[in-house]
Amino acid sequence: MRKPLVRPFPRHWYVQRRAYRLFMARELTALFIGAYLIFLLVLLNKLGAGEDVFVAFLKVLRHPLSLILHVLVLVAALWHSITWFNLTPTVMPLFLGEKRVAGPMIAVGLGYLPWIVVTILIIWGVCA
Amino acid sequence: MADESTITLEVFRYHPERDSGPTFQSYEVPYHDDWVVLDALNWVKDNVDGTLTYRWSCRMGVCGSCGMMVNGDPKLTCAVFLKDYFPGAIRIEPLVNFPVERDLVIVLDEFMEKLESVKPWIIRDDVNDTSQGEFKQSPAEFALYTQYSMCINCMLCYSACPEIAAVPDFLGPAAIALAHRYNLDSRDQGQDQRREVLGGRDAVWECTFVGECTEVCPKNVDPAGAIQQVKVASTKDWYKRVLMPWGQR
Repeated sequence: MRKPLVRPFPRHWYVQRRAYRLFMARELTALFIGAYLIFLLVLLNKLGAGEDVFVAFLKVLRHPLSLILHVLVLVAALWHSITWFNLTPTVMPLFLGEKRVAGPMIAVGLGYLPWIVVTILIIWGVCA
Repeated sequence: MADESTITLEVFRYHPERDSGPTFQSYEVPYHDDWVVLDALNWVKDNVDGTLTYRWSCRMGVCGSCGMMVNGDPKLTCAVFLKDYFPGAIRIEPLVNFPVERDLVIVLDEFMEKLESVKPWIIRDDVNDTSQGEFKQSPAEFALYTQYSMCINCMLCYSACPEIAAVPDFLGPAAIALAHRYNLDSRDQGQDQRREVLGGRDAVWECTFVGECTEVCPKNVDPAGAIQQVKVASTKDWYKRVLMPWGQR
């Protein structure tokens, strides 16, 4: 007689394995990125509301709590970007004839290098 | 002090006609540093308890039958050595995310259905007439899919995948990797027949890219990569059909 046993799926599965914890960390960083995008919209709104409003808002942003939040978002954004850049070779394998292009080459070529170039251009644009 | 010449196996037991739930049974097994976990199970079956039930066949990582949870990790028991756990105990359970038939044997029916649904074989519009000669393939065309053809259907990836646990109907890593293998094969013409299964409900879009399937794969198949590539292909395909409907055959 068949009587298959179905084992329950643990509710807190995401803490059980290191890989699951790292996965959840990667996914959660998206919330920080999303929150920062909303913040940027608010910033644009304040900019549009005139100089006085914008200057007052900038003053609020200098509050230590705001600085801490910004550092947190920066860490989350770095974690998000780096983990996804490292996954690029898995998602987009490239072949040169019979040989598969080495993973790090793809991660650098399609991820890190454009990232650094764009960052330098933005910093250069802000400073100039 | 523990006897250094033995190692303890804690083995998951479940008898469908007798038990309402699982129990764990301990066995003291002679320790040899060249023994794998499967050798220890075979020793128990031959010398202590003939009722212990589990699947195995080739003992060399080819048949894919002996996958079990070893101290919580999905492993081929023919490929993990006792010495990697000695002197600690080894806890052996049936692969998780599958119903248990008895002891360490899991129910395969749903997996087999999933596998079959992606038609993992070469599909041709024409009938293969051998008088016309073979279907030729260049080394570069062969290289595109070789990695995904190494799958031995051991199902370790299904045990590593939390999505399978959350959505039991999810097609799963091995089936999608095999579908991808045939889609990438220059001799195959069955992409249209696999499209609906791959891009539809409970298929590639259920995958959240945890990536653990690739980590546990004993044959370096990289099913996580295959799934993401199918997502890219499926997206391109969708845009092509929507933007260029006249391009359809």
